[in-house]
Amino acid sequence: MSLVVKETSTPATAGGVLTRGLWHQNPVLVQTLGLCSALAVTNAVANSLAMGLATTFVLVSSSIIVSAMRKFIAHEIRITTYILIIATFLAVADMLLEATVPDVHKAMGPYIALIVTNCIVLGRQEAFASRQPVGLSVLDALGNGMGFTIALLLMGIPRELLGNGTLLGVHVMPGSFEPWVVMMLPPGGFFMIGILLLIANWHDLRKVARERARAAVSVAAPVPARTARKPEAAVV
Amino acid sequence: MSDLFWIFVSAAVVTNFVLVYFLGLCPVIGVTNKSVTGLRLGLATTFVMVLASLAAWVLNRFVLANAPYLRVIAFIVAIASIVQIVELFIRKTSPGLYRELGIFLPLIASNSQVLGLTIFQTNRGYSLPEGLMFALGGGLGITAVLAIVGSVRERLEFAPIPAVARGPALVFLIVAALSLVFMGFAGMGTA
Repeated sequence: MSLVVKETSTPATAGGVLTRGLWHQNPVLVQTLGLCSALAVTNAVANSLAMGLATTFVLVSSSIIVSAMRKFIAHEIRITTYILIIATFLAVADMLLEATVPDVHKAMGPYIALIVTNCIVLGRQEAFASRQPVGLSVLDALGNGMGFTIALLLMGIPRELLGNGTLLGVHVMPGSFEPWVVMMLPPGGFFMIGILLLIANWHDLRKVARERARAAVSVAAPVPARTARKPEAAVV
Repeated sequence: MSDLFWIFVSAAVVTNFVLVYFLGLCPVIGVTNKSVTGLRLGLATTFVMVLASLAAWVLNRFVLANAPYLRVIAFIVAIASIVQIVELFIRKTSPGLYRELGIFLPLIASNSQVLGLTIFQTNRGYSLPEGLMFALGGGLGITAVLAIVGSVRERLEFAPIPAVARGPALVFLIVAALSLVFMGFAGMGTA
């Protein structure tokens, strides 16, 4: 995957900047970025949540610094500079997690350090924070971080539920349920992301088909101007 | 001696970097259209990993003993410099290979496999030879996976795939099956 995310036109409103990352440009499900950490830690809901929030924290903090310093960072060394800024906030997040939730910190092991090489974090600096004012960059980082968290939970909830019969450690499945251990193991992670991407593909194809059908109808029988449906906002 | 051998085997197959540790999934999706490309990138990554393992050992031994919180920053800078040097070296000595590797070479710097390697090595307290074997085994394991996924995808080019499964979704299902196969090695070696 290329680090430089293809940017469609920046949404006009601040709200658009915030919500874009949540669904239409979800970093994991649509852009397939940041997969390593998305797969590695999602065998339990608590770990997924911690990873999502830690990444959001690193993303938002580094976006603030990168955006505030965007006029001073020389073009040739920008990637190195971004990585250093990201690694600094990572060290902060690492120590915060270790102090507040030591069990989760232990379960996530080396994957916390690997937030540095998460393409989402670097990608947003390069594609957005290095060009936009601080306020918008924070919104963009927040949207993408929450989108990442949502995707992690979409993977973590079914994996913990099917693989262990629990949710956040509490038993919820009936006693007769035989846990699908494979969902907790690495192959389960790959299956889960495969299935989520299939669903995302299916959703996209259906949307395209619907738009095409609508276009065909409006060509065949143009609707009177008064009742004509407003064109839907362009989906980015 | 046998310890070193088992470290090599577990890094290569039992705890394969791609299939078990989920490291470096971007190249698996991005460059496995052909098995030859996958193979070449895998070997280049292996080379960088061995050098990074050496660098991480030196840093841990002589520089970072009192400042563990600077590890990630130090490692990432070391890896980026190694990739830069390797790139310069290959460009000078064999321009043909340099052209073949193209954009993949600099992207190794942002590859989680290399950083993951240095962190695992530090956490497990490997000695210098152990770390080098770990890097070599891990790198060759990655190369094998890239080549296998590449050859499966070459066959898929001619298969009638439903539109909904095209792209990364299918690749992940293939990798899932492959990961299931590699689970058969679990329990072997030291891991």
